[in-house]
Amino acid sequence: MPAPPTELRRANAGRSSMADSAFRALMLAALGRALVTLVALIAQVVVKGWPRLNGDLLNHFPSSRPIMAGAQSAIFGTIWVMGVVAVTCVPIGLGAAIYLEEFADQSRWYNRLIEINIQNLAAVPSIVYGILGLAFLVRGPASLGQTVLAGGLTLSLLVLPVVIIASREALRSVPRAIREASLALGATQWQTTRRQVLPAAIPGIATGTILALSRAIGEAAPLLLLGALTFITFNPDGLGSAFTVLPIQIFNWISRPQEEFRVLAASAIVVLMAILLAMNSVAIWLRNRYRRKW
Amino acid sequence: MSTPEATLEGVSVKSLRLAPSRRRYGELVIRALLQLCALVSVATTVGIVIALMIPTAEFFGDVSIVEFFTTKVWSPLFADPKFGMLPLLTATLVITVLALGLAIPVGLLTAIYLSEYSRPRVRSILKPALELLAGIPTVVYGFFALTFVTPLLQDLWFFGDPPGIFNAASAGLVMGIMIVPTIASLSEDALSAVPQSLREGAFALGSTRLVTSLRVVLPAALSGVAAAIVLGISRAVGETMIVLVAAGGTPNLSFDPAEAMQTMTAFIASAAIGDQPTGSTGYKTIFAVGAVLFVATFLMNILSIRLVRRFRQIY
Repeated sequence: MPAPPTELRRANAGRSSMADSAFRALMLAALGRALVTLVALIAQVVVKGWPRLNGDLLNHFPSSRPIMAGAQSAIFGTIWVMGVVAVTCVPIGLGAAIYLEEFADQSRWYNRLIEINIQNLAAVPSIVYGILGLAFLVRGPASLGQTVLAGGLTLSLLVLPVVIIASREALRSVPRAIREASLALGATQWQTTRRQVLPAAIPGIATGTILALSRAIGEAAPLLLLGALTFITFNPDGLGSAFTVLPIQIFNWISRPQEEFRVLAASAIVVLMAILLAMNSVAIWLRNRYRRKW
Repeated sequence: MSTPEATLEGVSVKSLRLAPSRRRYGELVIRALLQLCALVSVATTVGIVIALMIPTAEFFGDVSIVEFFTTKVWSPLFADPKFGMLPLLTATLVITVLALGLAIPVGLLTAIYLSEYSRPRVRSILKPALELLAGIPTVVYGFFALTFVTPLLQDLWFFGDPPGIFNAASAGLVMGIMIVPTIASLSEDALSAVPQSLREGAFALGSTRLVTSLRVVLPAALSGVAAAIVLGISRAVGETMIVLVAAGGTPNLSFDPAEAMQTMTAFIASAAIGDQPTGSTGYKTIFAVGAVLFVATFLMNILSIRLVRRFRQIY
């Protein structure tokens, strides 16, 4: 970003020291270290999971015999749980973001408290959300049991701060002038938000929301706490149904000693990563396609 | 919104007030609904605190708090339970140190490269790649640690006994890679926020790019970089799946990264997998360890948030 004026750069180029090039090499090595890991990780799961990457993975249910095993119940479980997450956390997250950006008086202590609270929640370990879900949703007051609804709501709380933070950034990038013009024409606060600010911010909000949902898809730890690590050989048929999801099924297969299950785990990882990659690509495409310079 | 001072001819000041002419109840309802959404996040925090506090208080009714923090044997789920959580603390410490030992230099160097050296074209490719690294599920990192990094370490180990199938080293190193994007992207934000005039001043005085980056830009962004590192530590302490898969499930008071050990998070997860009956000491232990984890990460998160505030205020 901060390229100095050309003349300056030329003046420095003559005296570019050993230290300068050594530092350059060091930085590239660091970057390479991260990227090589990424490539190695993807290559390893694809190579290892290749023999089992076929229709059986999608058509079969988990089984104690690795030859028969597939991940259908986990794939359907993931779809169900993500449905609950999307339906609950998108409206609430968006509502909270609109309140904090458009309505809240930032000088009030309680609004600042909400803001710090959200920042902290975004960094609370995911397993702590599992504890919350275990104490309040699975057992305790709600007593939903180990169901799709309990799992979905737990993950929804987990990614809520991410949705709020991303939506706020999108709302903030809409210039003040748009709001002022709308208010000056006699629109109320909500009319301004609903008809001017929101439409302009939708691409940014969609990008942030997709990234948040893709984080929820990969989460395993909070669901382990809820007791989702069970042998499920059926697809969920409702919100009150028992379930398993892809990351949990992968963990289950990894923790078995037989090599065949490791291969299965690798092939399920490929499926999971393909879903995530597709979601990420859509998010990045949205961001680039609808990016607006004000 | 001040009341207009001038009066137009024939129009009273009162009718020019900017306040709504009548109460808009729909607006108020919508505002209240939106406020309610924002309060869900507060309720979440309150819920977490209550969920942790009550069983933890009951737990410390059964087990002495001194025993919990100072004795060295951790076997809460055995017939003869011992509640010394030191092994969980040392394991968390060892793995966090290993992870940050990798993530701080790699993350910082990447951030400096992206902010001070790379061209926009290169940056527009590298940043999505880093985001991709951040988006990989942690259970996948765990699989990678167990089936790729551990065998590699077993071959390359050059001091002491080679690591077993489960070991802290491989979990720590892979966790380091997981944290790189966190540290890199937050530090890069901080570095990019440093005003251009500082760089131009340094260049004008004849500094090379290296000196400008390390002696001018980095110190100017220090609080933001510190916030990134603190957040990285918080993530390492709270990470579950990598350690659960790759570091093993045996509480072990040791500082040798070649050995298997159990962190706080790994204990919580494996105890919960065992499905503890509500109200049993095993069930309460999950919450007691969870409370320690929550308090530790909470303090770090608040520190990080304050540090970010500081550098936002300066620039």
